[in-house]
Amino acid sequence: MSEASTPPTIGRSSPEITAAALATAPGFRSRHLPVIVLAVVLAALPTVLPNAYYYDVAIRILANAVLAIALNLLIGYCGQISLGHAGFFGLGAYGSAILTTHRDWTAPMALLASAAIVGVVAWVVARVILRLKGHYLAMATLGLGIIVTIVLTNEASLTGGPDGMSVGDMKLFGLRLTGEKVWYPVFAILLVFAVVLAANLVESPAGRALRALHGSEVAARVVGIDTASFKTRVFVLSAVVAAVMGSLTAHYLGFITPQVASFHKSVELVTMVVVGGMASIWGSVFGAALLSLLPDLLARFEGFETVIFGVILVATMIFLPRGMVPSLARLVRREGR
Amino acid sequence: MLRVENLTKSFGGVTAVSGVGFEVAKGTIHAVIGPNGAGKTTLFNLITGIYTPSSGSIRFEGVEIGGRAPERLAALGMSRTFQNLQISMNLTAIDNVMTGAHLGLNSSLLAGMFGIPDLGGRERAARVRAAELMEFVGCGAYVGAEAGSMPYGALKRLEIARALMAKPRILFLDEPAAGLNHTETHEIEELIAALGKSGVTVVLVEHDMKLVMNVSDRIVVLDYGKKLAEGTPAEIRVNPDVVAAYLGAESEGV
Amino acid sequence: MSQFLQLLFSGLTVGATYALSALGFSMIYNASGVINFAQGEFIMLGGMVAAVLTASGLPLPLAVLAAIVVVALVGLIVEKLAIEPARDADITSIIIITIGVSMIVRGVVEVTMGKGSRALPHFSGETPIALGGATLLPQSLWVMAVTAVVVAGLAVFFGRTRLGKGILATAHNRLAAQLVGVDVKKVLLTSFGLAAALGAVGGVLIAPIATTSYDAGLMLGLKGFVAATFGGLGSGVGAIAGGVLLGLIETMTAGYVSSSYKDAVPFVLVLVILVVRPRGLFGLGPSERV
Ligand SMILES: Nc1ncnc2c1ncn2[C@@H]1O[C@H](COP(=O)(O)OP(=O)(O)OP(=O)(O)O)[C@@H](O)[C@H]1O
Ligand SMILES: [Mg+2]
Repeated sequence: MSEASTPPTIGRSSPEITAAALATAPGFRSRHLPVIVLAVVLAALPTVLPNAYYYDVAIRILANAVLAIALNLLIGYCGQISLGHAGFFGLGAYGSAILTTHRDWTAPMALLASAAIVGVVAWVVARVILRLKGHYLAMATLGLGIIVTIVLTNEASLTGGPDGMSVGDMKLFGLRLTGEKVWYPVFAILLVFAVVLAANLVESPAGRALRALHGSEVAARVVGIDTASFKTRVFVLSAVVAAVMGSLTAHYLGFITPQVASFHKSVELVTMVVVGGMASIWGSVFGAALLSLLPDLLARFEGFETVIFGVILVATMIFLPRGMVPSLARLVRREGR
Repeated sequence: MLRVENLTKSFGGVTAVSGVGFEVAKGTIHAVIGPNGAGKTTLFNLITGIYTPSSGSIRFEGVEIGGRAPERLAALGMSRTFQNLQISMNLTAIDNVMTGAHLGLNSSLLAGMFGIPDLGGRERAARVRAAELMEFVGCGAYVGAEAGSMPYGALKRLEIARALMAKPRILFLDEPAAGLNHTETHEIEELIAALGKSGVTVVLVEHDMKLVMNVSDRIVVLDYGKKLAEGTPAEIRVNPDVVAAYLGAESEGV
Repeated sequence: MSQFLQLLFSGLTVGATYALSALGFSMIYNASGVINFAQGEFIMLGGMVAAVLTASGLPLPLAVLAAIVVVALVGLIVEKLAIEPARDADITSIIIITIGVSMIVRGVVEVTMGKGSRALPHFSGETPIALGGATLLPQSLWVMAVTAVVVAGLAVFFGRTRLGKGILATAHNRLAAQLVGVDVKKVLLTSFGLAAALGAVGGVLIAPIATTSYDAGLMLGLKGFVAATFGGLGSGVGAIAGGVLLGLIETMTAGYVSSSYKDAVPFVLVLVILVVRPRGLFGLGPSERV
């Protein structure tokens, strides 16, 4: 890749071209402003949340949003489906639970160890299964998640079996994290971080490479993008994020069952990504909020929750195929013109 | 610069490329022609690492590269376009071109997340260069566009811009003028000639004979996977085998 | 030996229903490239409708027939309302759609037929037949025989009829099929109706042995998907072989190794197969071209 190999005669530069080029770079308004708004909203929220129940709802949304953002990097940006991501979430949760309960590790150490283990597992798995495409990949990831659930259910001496196990509090810098009001800022800060880091990533050369390989794998390879390596790294990244969120959620809830790793939970995560909008970070935040609130909102329809949930999924995919946020953003842009 | 020897590729029963050999000299424009299904695209796929040869040798600047992955060949200075468009429609036009600069940028995920990669302004420089190349290939009007909203002809040029962005030493163009009208074809012809003058080695597959005859230094003719003839445009034009193959193919095809 | 025989019988019985489920997956996959995650709900729906109808006094054969017709209709409706409008969506979106459909079916069954589990009477009594030291339920014979008949019927349908050949042609190359005059819309509709009917047949066959309930569809469906993947998505022979093999391996594991890990076996197995043969045992399919 020597400079000399580009003969200077190809193309010419001009101030107009430079200006046109730089106008395409993501600017402050599109990139940082929404993050500031998010941070302000999250900071102000406690003043309007009436009681612990609402804090709990908020925390669930925040945790799911972080999970959905990480999964969106894999599904929406990189184009690789995973129907077993709750498996990694469950491994993180149980890793922390088991290491703190049975091995007396401190919670942060257990969290780091679980995340590291999941990272290694995900890397090995990714090397093998990311060669698969489409439905075969869906099958493989789905199978992984289910295997995790079955193992967690059956190894009762460690995990408490289907009845679950309790998890102690987490202590961080001498502070005991317990109760919704203490956990809320932790998850809120995590979400802001997740949004900022993910937004940086997708606009970086690495992010462009991910998006490019989603669009055309062969074209990406021909310009030197090591697609296998990118897919693997993003898979590991999203798995580790899931594991960390699993650990934190386990400590927050104080009690976990194998359901945390279930196919149902995996589908819920994918749904947040897809309904909110693939390849849209704000879509994931929105999707997480919507799908976390939906069960509560639908509770009044006693019995019909599942049906209505299903109808919403199908209708969104048919009428807003790019997901809610990108489809609506498009509409707004068109109106604006 | 590039030396292909006895190259063969079979898919199950079909031998798409069979014992093909030729040499491409640095700084020349080389054309590969032949009827539909002759194995031209397969030949490109073999050289650029998309397919692994069944047998034979491909040497690039003296190094055996047969079966080497495309992403590794890119690092050696190989670049190409595709007969059936391979554009990432989920990206903007300029982002597509910028992917060509991938190897020159910091592509670590961590660096990406923490916003470090553009410390030296390389991302910015790449963006400007991408726009210049878009201008050069004739799709400068689409610098601010989404790839998905561009017409076919502009997308074909966009592919060339992306390939050039990778600073290729050798550039493979698979039917760059396919589906283009008369004027556009002529513009592509001028573009290829300009590339040749600037020192890039170009290998192209093209059905438009006027274009091929005008820009090529040498031509290889494939038929049913085998090399039928090789020579300068003047030699190929009068080669009886070539004439027979083309007339035969045309009367079958219509 | 008699234990082995016993496991063989139940393995073949379960395997036959997996094969039917896998055939349903393959059929829809062939016609549309879609993996229908609602296939398991068709199976559940078949068993539930038949059970409810017999409980309300309808004679068994009529109830079974009605159940198959109802489920086939549901399949057609699903295709018309949920799949056809989303033809151009990408794989992930379509997976979400079929998951949404499965929730709707499950939810409607839960609301209208209740949460309790239901059983269907055995087709011809429950007196086990002794065979080589093992016993075989008459219902198992029904399962295997009907599956064999269905497979033979499908072979004729795909080999001999215009519509069947049209489905195969569409699977091979949609555009080319359209060009030679195959009505692709009809092919899609037919394949959903047929797949749903197949699911219902499996559902009513197995319901007398394993009781059914509104939430039984998920596992049945997933195992059908595993069986189909196992054999190679879209391959009919693969679906049957995959289903039978899966049933056998699963029961043998439960019998000889560990019954608590029985449900994990299919998934471990399919992972191993996919790693060794990324397109399943019988899957060929063209390699990607550029
Ligand atoms: N991946 C593949 N699998 C099987 N057969 C293939 C594959 N790629 C190419 N072929 C076959 O190899 C032969 C040569 O095809 P190729 O695409 O190289 O022809 P071509 O000269 O580029 O034709 P055209 O001018 O139409 O582009 C054809 O018979 C084709 O069907
Ligand atoms: Mg070609």
